[in-house]
Amino acid sequence: MTKAVAARSARIGAARPGTARTGAGRPPRRAPALLRPARFDDLGLRRALSDRLLPSLVAAMAFLAALALAGTAGASALGRQWQEGAGSVLTVQVTEPAGAAADGGGTRLDRVLALLRGTPGIASARALDAGELEALLRPWLGTGAGRIALPLPAVVDVRLSDPALDAGRLAVRVEAAAPGTLLESHDRWMRRLAVLARSLQACAGLALAVVAFVAVAVVAVAVRAGLATRRGAIEIVHGLGATDGYIAGRFARRATLLAATGAGIGAVAAVPVLLGLAGLAAPFTGQAEDVGAAELVHALPLALWLSLPSLPAAAAAIGWITAQGTVRRWLRRLP
Amino acid sequence: MVRLDGVGLEFGQAGTTNRVLQAVSFSVAEGGFRWLLGPSGAGKTSLLRLLHLAVRPTEGRLTLLDQDIGAAARSRLPVLRRRIGMVFQDFRLLPHLSAFDNVALPLRLAGRPEGQVRVDAVELLSWVGLSRKLQSRPAELSGGEQQRVAIARAVVARPLLLLADEPTGNLDDLQAERLMQLLHEMNRLGTTVVVATHNAALVSRHPAHTLRLLDGRLVRDD
Ligand SMILES: Nc1ncnc2c1ncn2[C@@H]1O[C@H](COP(=O)(O)OP(=O)(O)O)[C@@H](O)[C@H]1O
Ligand SMILES: [Mg+2]
Repeated sequence: MTKAVAARSARIGAARPGTARTGAGRPPRRAPALLRPARFDDLGLRRALSDRLLPSLVAAMAFLAALALAGTAGASALGRQWQEGAGSVLTVQVTEPAGAAADGGGTRLDRVLALLRGTPGIASARALDAGELEALLRPWLGTGAGRIALPLPAVVDVRLSDPALDAGRLAVRVEAAAPGTLLESHDRWMRRLAVLARSLQACAGLALAVVAFVAVAVVAVAVRAGLATRRGAIEIVHGLGATDGYIAGRFARRATLLAATGAGIGAVAAVPVLLGLAGLAAPFTGQAEDVGAAELVHALPLALWLSLPSLPAAAAAIGWITAQGTVRRWLRRLP
Repeated sequence: MVRLDGVGLEFGQAGTTNRVLQAVSFSVAEGGFRWLLGPSGAGKTSLLRLLHLAVRPTEGRLTLLDQDIGAAARSRLPVLRRRIGMVFQDFRLLPHLSAFDNVALPLRLAGRPEGQVRVDAVELLSWVGLSRKLQSRPAELSGGEQQRVAIARAVVARPLLLLADEPTGNLDDLQAERLMQLLHEMNRLGTTVVVATHNAALVSRHPAHTLRLLDGRLVRDD
């Protein structure tokens, strides 16, 4: 049967009646180049899926997604920093360090240091020098912290060899030697900060999920509007033998292009905002306060720089999958 | 090629059913030619839509191109549709495409190489006298010109079954005769042809096997 069709097809071109009379009997060897538009748009989607609305909405989504990604990256960076700080397990603040101790000779600081060093389960106890103290206070008081005329306490960094050391009993003994001395156990704070960092990350993740969901809805609505506008053209093309895959592919290609473009614009627009935030956060993440643009680039975590370009890719995937699903489901109404 | 056994077609809308075709049985052998006659509203367009696989029968059995259409999977139908050419009463050209792109569409859907697409589409449009209107949109063409673009599109992919719904409605006598030549030639080369028409003069000039519909029933088959 196919052979017969082929033979028939071969003949009909030559034998078609009237060709000679019309003067166009010889098929042109070279068809004019302008015959085929550069991008053949048989369903008229360039107007039905406009290049304004969908990209703008997706750009807004991508902008929000970039902020959420920055939130994730920021929370994990802070979490890491706090974890590193956890090495010193205990901090003891001795107010009026040069004052006389409660009993015996020496200053309050000397007494406390001697007491700590003599306690089993403590590996080391070391008073921070002026420079370290200033670094500690810089986020709160600025670079001039050391010159400020405030009575600063001495801060003793204590490392434990016995993690099960009873901090309560130690606090009582330190208080007796130098009244008013504060003993701060870090691990309780560390646990809270870790929970806080994890919660921040979870919130950012949730925000990303919501943004993705809204993006899916936006693409679905745009595609449905396009289907309604081009219903006539779709029915014609369907009647000419187009498969569901062909028609869905046309929509998906257009939706992918528009979503990726929008997300690219949104991601680029988010960069200055993120750099500004990084500038504000710099003193808290162990960086100098007055950072130049070049340092700001390094101020954003590498993971964030890597995930920003993934926004257009994710938007493209959302556009493609959503358009395919929406169009294929819609086409089920045609026979 | 085409076989209907007790085919019925109903459209159900909000509780009421509209029986458009009832107990229609006939067959057309490969290479056959049929006039499809009947007053307006008799069901001619509906019958052609059935044969074009735009609707499936709600009753009876329709066999087309060796396939039982009632039982065929939906995914089988596009391939069958590409072997069927249809000239619609209302043309159904894509308004945003040029005459050339409208005629090229069936070839592109069938995955023909672009070089062959150009040659075939240009040749067909020249044959229907539109070689100077390749780039015109349907809105820039007269009714008769649009009808000729629709005819070119229906035959360009060399269908096995060619259906035409009042294809001379907007053509003058000369153009109608040229269309008949085209249909006869396609038919002579093996294409099965079914033409619905009101044009009694045309039918008497080209006598052939006739199907006559009345109120959705086949009342004559000879
Ligand atoms: N989609 C449809 N839904 C409901 N009724 C229809 C539909 N299409 C056609 N009909 C009805 O079927 C009947 C036959 O119409 P049609 O096949 O167009 O006749 P003809 O082409 O012979 O003039 C008419 O009464 C028309 O109203
Ligand atoms: Mg009709």
